[in-house]
Amino acid sequence: MNYQFDFEALLPYWQSFLQGATTTIQMTVVAVAIGLVIGVLCAIARRSAYPWLRLIVGIYIEIVRNTPFIVQIFFIFFGLSSMGITMPVFFASVFAMVINVGAYTAEIVRAGMEAVHPSQIEAAEALGLSRFQIYRDIILMPSIERVYPALTSQFILMMLSTSITSQISAEELTGVANNIQSYTFRSFETYIVIALIYLAITYLLRAGFHAIALAIFPRRRRLGTPL
Amino acid sequence: MDGFSTNHLIYLLNGLLWTVVLSALAFVLGGVAGFFVMLARTSHMRWLRRLSLIYVQIIQGTPLLILMFVIYFGLGVVGVELPPLMAAGVGMMIYSSAYLGEIWRGCVESVPRTQFEAAECLALTRWQILVDVILPQALRIATPPTVGFMVQLVKNTSLASVVGFVELTRAAQVINNSLFQPFLIFGIAAAFYFCVCYPLSLWSRSLERKLNVGRR
Repeated sequence: MNYQFDFEALLPYWQSFLQGATTTIQMTVVAVAIGLVIGVLCAIARRSAYPWLRLIVGIYIEIVRNTPFIVQIFFIFFGLSSMGITMPVFFASVFAMVINVGAYTAEIVRAGMEAVHPSQIEAAEALGLSRFQIYRDIILMPSIERVYPALTSQFILMMLSTSITSQISAEELTGVANNIQSYTFRSFETYIVIALIYLAITYLLRAGFHAIALAIFPRRRRLGTPL
Repeated sequence: MDGFSTNHLIYLLNGLLWTVVLSALAFVLGGVAGFFVMLARTSHMRWLRRLSLIYVQIIQGTPLLILMFVIYFGLGVVGVELPPLMAAGVGMMIYSSAYLGEIWRGCVESVPRTQFEAAECLALTRWQILVDVILPQALRIATPPTVGFMVQLVKNTSLASVVGFVELTRAAQVINNSLFQPFLIFGIAAAFYFCVCYPLSLWSRSLERKLNVGRR
């Protein structure tokens, strides 16, 4: 093995790397924010009194969770364009990500909701809380707090999955890297560099989620321990 | 332009076969490597624990797609010409070794501490403690998440398509490039994945339920 590593060839492109990393984070934040809302709504729908609603949401969750993200992206992106609907790659990617995050979030939040003891809800009813208050304060917030670690690791997995959107030529970190390696012919170095950038984003997001947890959950306790 | 024919379906089924082969390869190789990762993560030697932790953090903190690219281009740089199946297999193996190792570490650590202590009091060797006392108990806890991870594994073999390995996703792409009926073709591909993954999901869930009954 007499390969000469040449990371200097990549230096002129640092702005592109930065741009790609920013896009990756933007896509993740938007998709996670919308996906979280959809996921929570689906988790509530999974507990609804209407069997047809439970069934539809159940089918959505199982289909998304049991097929690869890359196939979902191709299905949505090429499928929509075959129908004549074209949209910017950024939106198509975020759209696919939202659908994906929504299903996983729904399943995780539902697990948290099932762990809420019925006596807590009865106690809340006895105190005269409204249905909305019960859902928000007794069921939803404590269950999100309970499943917070699982939820955030799912979001970080989603951030890593944004790399797949480069396959429909989204200009996020991996897409940028694909371009740079074709200019510089330094593919090995390029992918090592962006692997490190992804690692950095992972830690950044973890720190961010931890800060959010400290801000929104009133109790100061170790996350993930029993309530 | 011809429509979708049985030849295309056979091509997709062939892709499905390779998806299953790659998944099995990744699971077996990754399982063996993951076992060693688990041993290293629970080792008495601090440097070994640190080293394996770094390994796991790096693999879990970077996308599998990038890992595939690094291996694909990296092997080319070193001058090793591997067939695409092996290149994809190595990528999947590294990926699954980190995740399986971490899952199994959790299972080993959830075996009560007193079991280790009792085994040590009986003067069992490290190896005897592991094989005769800890693993049989950890195995019960480990089965549902391991089966659950197999679903991830099958889905992630789809990323082998980017390094030119013709599995189900790649086969669907190839057909779509000539027919351009994405809803139909990727719909069929998705259905194939679903047929493989959903039984595994159900199996994992029922194992989990059984396990919970035992511990309740």
